[in-house]
Amino acid sequence: MLAVSDLKIHYRTLAGSVKALDGVSFSVADGEIMGLAGESGCGKSTLGKALIRLEERMQYVGGEVTLDGTTLPIADDRAMNPYRFRKVSIVPQYAMSALNPTRRIGRMIDELLASRGLKGSTLRPELERRLAVLGLGPEVLGMYPIELSGGMKQRVVMVLSTLLDPSLLIADEVTSALDVASQKKVAGALVEFRDRGYVKSMIVVTHDLAILAQVADSILIMYAGKLAEKAPTRTIVEAPAHPYTRLLLGSLPEVGIRFEDKRLPGIKGRPPSLLSPPVGCRFRDRCPLAFGKCVEEPPFIEIAPGHQVACWKADAHAQG
Amino acid sequence: MLKVENVSKVFRSGAFGGKKAKVIHDIDFEVKPGEVVSLIGESGSGKTTVGRMILRLTSVSEGRITFDGEDVSALKGRALKSYYRRVQGVFQDPFSSFNPIFKVGRVFRTIRREFLADLDTATWETRLTGALNAVGLEFAALDKFPHQMSGGQLQRLLIARALVLDIRLLVADEIISMLDASTRIDVLNLLGDLKRQGLSIIFVTHDLALGNYISDRIIILQKGSIVEMGATDRVFGDPQHAYTRSLLNAVPHLHERWSDAELKDLGLVKDTARFGGRLVEHQPDHFVRVYS
Repeated sequence: MLAVSDLKIHYRTLAGSVKALDGVSFSVADGEIMGLAGESGCGKSTLGKALIRLEERMQYVGGEVTLDGTTLPIADDRAMNPYRFRKVSIVPQYAMSALNPTRRIGRMIDELLASRGLKGSTLRPELERRLAVLGLGPEVLGMYPIELSGGMKQRVVMVLSTLLDPSLLIADEVTSALDVASQKKVAGALVEFRDRGYVKSMIVVTHDLAILAQVADSILIMYAGKLAEKAPTRTIVEAPAHPYTRLLLGSLPEVGIRFEDKRLPGIKGRPPSLLSPPVGCRFRDRCPLAFGKCVEEPPFIEIAPGHQVACWKADAHAQG
Repeated sequence: MLKVENVSKVFRSGAFGGKKAKVIHDIDFEVKPGEVVSLIGESGSGKTTVGRMILRLTSVSEGRITFDGEDVSALKGRALKSYYRRVQGVFQDPFSSFNPIFKVGRVFRTIRREFLADLDTATWETRLTGALNAVGLEFAALDKFPHQMSGGQLQRLLIARALVLDIRLLVADEIISMLDASTRIDVLNLLGDLKRQGLSIIFVTHDLALGNYISDRIIILQKGSIVEMGATDRVFGDPQHAYTRSLLNAVPHLHERWSDAELKDLGLVKDTARFGGRLVEHQPDHFVRVYS
């Protein structure tokens, strides 16, 4: 189980520090696939990355992350090393470019395992078995990345990232660059791996709520570096309580909805700058329900079992 | 207005261009004034190539493309310039359409110098303001650098750039794929409004939901061939070709969850693309490729 409490990560820039992650607390249970969604710049990718490796410009400001009862030393790059790949693993956003183009895939994987002190040949049977689970034959190990389609590469990287049965897998926008058909296969692969116990829990970072509606058990919505709402997938999709979640869902064209019949509204305005974020609720400038109290920051509280929201009007909202 | 007549495209491939690869097979369709036509297909289906051929960024190997009866491939000099005054394109990545070291207003100065040099300043400014208003941007936006604007704003600027020319056909190639859900819908609604004012749009996308939202007619491309085309509600409401159905089945819906078996079905059937066959009219304005 993963527990994150009051995590703060800032980006160092010339103009000052960008508060990309400004105190977020949540947990992911064993066996849970948690979707993490929001617009670009809301901090979702920062959160995903922070759990495995801080980039150079990312600065740990505070908070704690525990995985299966152990505190992860996320601020200490070297101390994190024993956890990476073994306990926490990631499928990066552009998995297709994560593969070395000059190596056959099998050899690249062997080299990678060797760098972690593992022997490729002992893991080979398991590797082939898992590739087969995702519909890839052992022949892909003899191929160069260029010979595989984007979706196939994505699945190869997935198998590789989870080969040591990590406790937590972070899937960062893994379906975004794919066509619908490959997208569905990768989505299915995520669930398959969880069900087979290759990965205990998963955080699926994406801006695509429709994909999350298919694979996630719960969805966490972020806005401007803060948590807006977390709830079981069905609740988020059918009965969201945060006005932002509602507007976000309302701006999705689904097959069957047409401009001629029903013009979907967007969300007016833009998210605030995170260099000096406004006080109070960060969504209030764009929120149709904003009122006086929104200048105070709403707490992220539970309004129903498993349903947390940061909005002063959430309660009234959920009931009516 | 725009007619794509039995167009094929052959690319040279291999190290010395010795091999040939036919990527577009005998495509034939028409775009009428004020109509939005979506070209839908997966990567490698040739949808972008078709758009590029219409914009004359790629040559046509066989067949011809005509605009108001004129063969587009034959246009040169003045005639070509006049074509670009009527037909423009906007592409996927708005950031790569702007030079990051200049303010965004520069693209409009270029347009004026190249196409509208004969306009006096007052007329030009009215026109520019009109185009910017149409996309919901202020004049002041021109004074910003690309990095100071969001992807959606840049994409709208590029549409304004096309509108300033008073175009009749816009080729929009995956213009909203890189945008966030909330900005996406703004750009889509903008296209819808422009269509109401009589602009024709070729909307190239791999996203069926987006294609469905905005278009009057749909063309489904598979490996360079049209497998199904027709009025949007017919093609999506009553899909006939196996490929169209499989695409529609793979679209995730918010309110309808795939069953476990559906989700984990990896579709291990090999590539089902078939060449040959011919398009037959299944019902009025709904064509399907059949193989005999």
